[in-house]
Amino acid sequence: MAEDQDKILEEVTGGEYKYGFYSDIEMEEFPKGLNEDIVRMISAKKNEPEFMLEFRLKAFRHWQTMEQPNWAHLKIPPIDFQDIIYFAVPKKKPELESMDDVDPELKATFDKLGIPLDEQKVLAGVAVDAVIDSVSVKTTFKETLAEKGIIFCSISEAVQEYPDLIKKYLGSVVPHQDNYFAALNAAVFSDGSFVYIPKGVRCPMELSTYFRINAINTGQFERTLIVADDDSYVSYLEGCTAPMRDENQLHAAIVEVIAMDRAEVKYSTVQNWYPGNKEGKGGIYNFVTKRGICKGDYSKIMWTQVETGSAITWKYPSCILQGDHSVGEFYSVAVTNNYQQADTGTKMIHLGKNTRSLIVSKGISAGKSQNSYRGLVKVSKKAENARNFSQCDSLLLGDKCGAHTFPYLETANSTAMVEHEATTSKIGEDQIFYCNQRGLNTEQAVGLIVNGYVKEVINQLPMEFAVEAQKLLEISLEGSVG
Amino acid sequence: MNKTCRIVNLQDEYSQIYKDNLPFLKAGAPNKMNALRDDAFELFNVKGIPSNKVEEYKYTNLQPFFKGTFDIAFSSESAIQNNDHSFTCGVPNLDTHNVFLINGWFSSQDATDKLPEGVVVGSIREKAADYPEVFEKYYGEQSNDGDAMAAMNTAFAQDGAFIYVPKGVVVDKPIQLVNIMIGEQDRLVFQRNLIVIEENAQAKIMLCDHTMSAQKFVINSLSEVFAATNSVLDLYNIQNQHNLTTQVASVYVNQKKHSNVLTNNLTLHSGITRNNIRVTLDDEYCESHVYGLYLNDKNQHVDNYSFIDHAQPHCESFELFKGVMDDSSSAAFTGRVMVRPDAQKTNAYQSNNNLLLTDNAKINSKPQLEIYADDVKCSHGATVGQLDEEAMFYLRSRGIDENESRILLMYAFAYEVIEKIRVEALKENIRSLVEKRFRGEYDKCDSCVICGQQGVSASCL
Repeated sequence: MAEDQDKILEEVTGGEYKYGFYSDIEMEEFPKGLNEDIVRMISAKKNEPEFMLEFRLKAFRHWQTMEQPNWAHLKIPPIDFQDIIYFAVPKKKPELESMDDVDPELKATFDKLGIPLDEQKVLAGVAVDAVIDSVSVKTTFKETLAEKGIIFCSISEAVQEYPDLIKKYLGSVVPHQDNYFAALNAAVFSDGSFVYIPKGVRCPMELSTYFRINAINTGQFERTLIVADDDSYVSYLEGCTAPMRDENQLHAAIVEVIAMDRAEVKYSTVQNWYPGNKEGKGGIYNFVTKRGICKGDYSKIMWTQVETGSAITWKYPSCILQGDHSVGEFYSVAVTNNYQQADTGTKMIHLGKNTRSLIVSKGISAGKSQNSYRGLVKVSKKAENARNFSQCDSLLLGDKCGAHTFPYLETANSTAMVEHEATTSKIGEDQIFYCNQRGLNTEQAVGLIVNGYVKEVINQLPMEFAVEAQKLLEISLEGSVG
Repeated sequence: MNKTCRIVNLQDEYSQIYKDNLPFLKAGAPNKMNALRDDAFELFNVKGIPSNKVEEYKYTNLQPFFKGTFDIAFSSESAIQNNDHSFTCGVPNLDTHNVFLINGWFSSQDATDKLPEGVVVGSIREKAADYPEVFEKYYGEQSNDGDAMAAMNTAFAQDGAFIYVPKGVVVDKPIQLVNIMIGEQDRLVFQRNLIVIEENAQAKIMLCDHTMSAQKFVINSLSEVFAATNSVLDLYNIQNQHNLTTQVASVYVNQKKHSNVLTNNLTLHSGITRNNIRVTLDDEYCESHVYGLYLNDKNQHVDNYSFIDHAQPHCESFELFKGVMDDSSSAAFTGRVMVRPDAQKTNAYQSNNNLLLTDNAKINSKPQLEIYADDVKCSHGATVGQLDEEAMFYLRSRGIDENESRILLMYAFAYEVIEKIRVEALKENIRSLVEKRFRGEYDKCDSCVICGQQGVSASCL
């Protein structure tokens, strides 16, 4: 039995990254390296107003005074920030009317990814703001959204057209002083998405962005800003793939979410960037700062993530529960294999009265990977009747991997109820045996059990994503998951 | 040799004290103790007194408490100025082997008290000479884990208790180490204990730290425990000091095959307390129980840090820490469980439960699992909350008034740790003290739980 499992796990490690291809699109690139001139060039290139340049420069100057954090349970090889190209744009700047005008190479890329950019997929009701290496190529469904007053555009566009909103909200949740990578992002962010849902509007479709890191040696610095005004609702999907590349690539994104009175924002991520090969060579470094603030009363922010890719993941989608009765939820599946490392979790900061938070984290480690949950639940002195429940489970597939849990619970109010539970185990031989004697082979049994294990989280994903997420689990743990 | 030291900038002065007094520190101390001093001091000097910037001390900044003007005793005569005080110390119905230390220095033991054959209890600096092979083999073998406070102890400590239980000997009565803190001036105290339990031996040890005068005491104590194959050891650390006390109490436990060790930190009263418990399960089939209870009020602070290192397969550890926080008190808990690669078939359970009684009280809990083997069962749980409303309702519907119901439930909450005490008389004593304490019948500062001795309540803030 044990041998069987070993064999299956060996096959697992044999799973190759399926999205490893490289689109040969002509790129316009800045020279390598980072200095004030590069920051100015980025800003000038994007024709930004003065306040944006100021924003970037302030962040850059602050970044120079900071040091790369090393508290996470990660082994990060030294990153040479001067060896990165901070800006890359597809040269044929596409301002296109229909899909036919899209660069066929690019289109093929999307097709390979199965991005629902074409007509049929549009009919499926998904609006896509596809981002390839930093510049929005095509935005669909914009007009339908515009009718409702919803703004869904690239952040560069928003800077030009809605400077007031950008000025008011950009950096208000994640200030540039927040952390090393946030400062870096604020200085050099290339593009990203901006969403504004006006008062009382329920966004009729799932908004979605696909990120792809394409050109060699380009760090991608996304910036997403979502503002949901009073009584509004939006569900936002983010999914990513990156081509196979030997050199490590840096990704330092920021996502900011603001929910006003009674607004609800659902943010779902499926991340399957290149995790490096079997020897742990290559792969994406994913250092992301995601934070939402429940500004208004009765507001709700929900983060759902399925993390299967990246060589290193450093990511803590958080909720600041400022409004009374606000709710924060975090659902996560993190899968690591081979030499992948993940240090991910959430922060729930309870400030308002009667705030509630829920954390469900499921980690799966295989191969020689290290998978950590790191989370903070903080109940401030004035947060009356705060309620939190955290459940962090780890599943170990193989005896060379590690699963770790680092929760921090800080409570300063006597009416708070904070609970944390964590378990770590492997798939029981009795469970496998049970499946075997009912006619499932060991491989199917492992698949069945893993699927059941992550169900609680996958169930939170929108339909299309749930299907994709399950497929990704299959790739990540190929051979053992059916 | 008593020296008064004024400490404002921490490292500068501690460095100076060390350099100036090295001859006194070394005088009469065993060779190995002296041999380890310089390296330990070097480490301490680099790391310094931990502030809350150090991850392991995130919720307890020790720096302010190690500043001030302190007397440090560099010889036993100066530590034990007042030897003629009569001190009785005992738990009702509990017969113990008593050992007295004053300000960390070995003072006396009952001469009529007869220990089982081969059992050695005494001053570490004296007994090291009598049992060099034991001392050389074990002293300082665990405390070199890089912790700054342990390094400080290794650099400065001169005396403490030495307990050796030879093969196959079962010590009938608990051994009680009573460390009395007394002085005319504020005092900085170092205490160093070495406890070695040989194969098939059994012992129960109680550490009781007790402040007898109203001065400010800063204590850095360290106990190294070695439990050999098939040994059984209980270690009860009963902390009952006045509010001006700062105590850093480190316990290092190393367990060999089939050994069974229980540690229980009962922090009933203190000022600032930091307990470091590090257990290494160094061989297969070890069983370890790590418990703690902390009852805080006023502006007390208790920080329990535990690190259970499952270095070998087939071991089990059970951890339970419970606390009740009243007034403006605060507490912290860190429970780190590490399962090393290939430590398969490990079972590790950890739980930390807290009751907050006021909005000024604070609790920070940090349970951690670090697991590098796959065939393990590990879990941890942490809760912060209030008394169960349904349980309250149940009691009240049966005619018990609100106050009584509260006391009953709090007592039941604490009892889960108390019942783990494996010395019946001590359990009963702690039980009644905790109950009295919840009832408010017992002024927490008045007397020592163990000794029943009247302390100086003026020292309470």
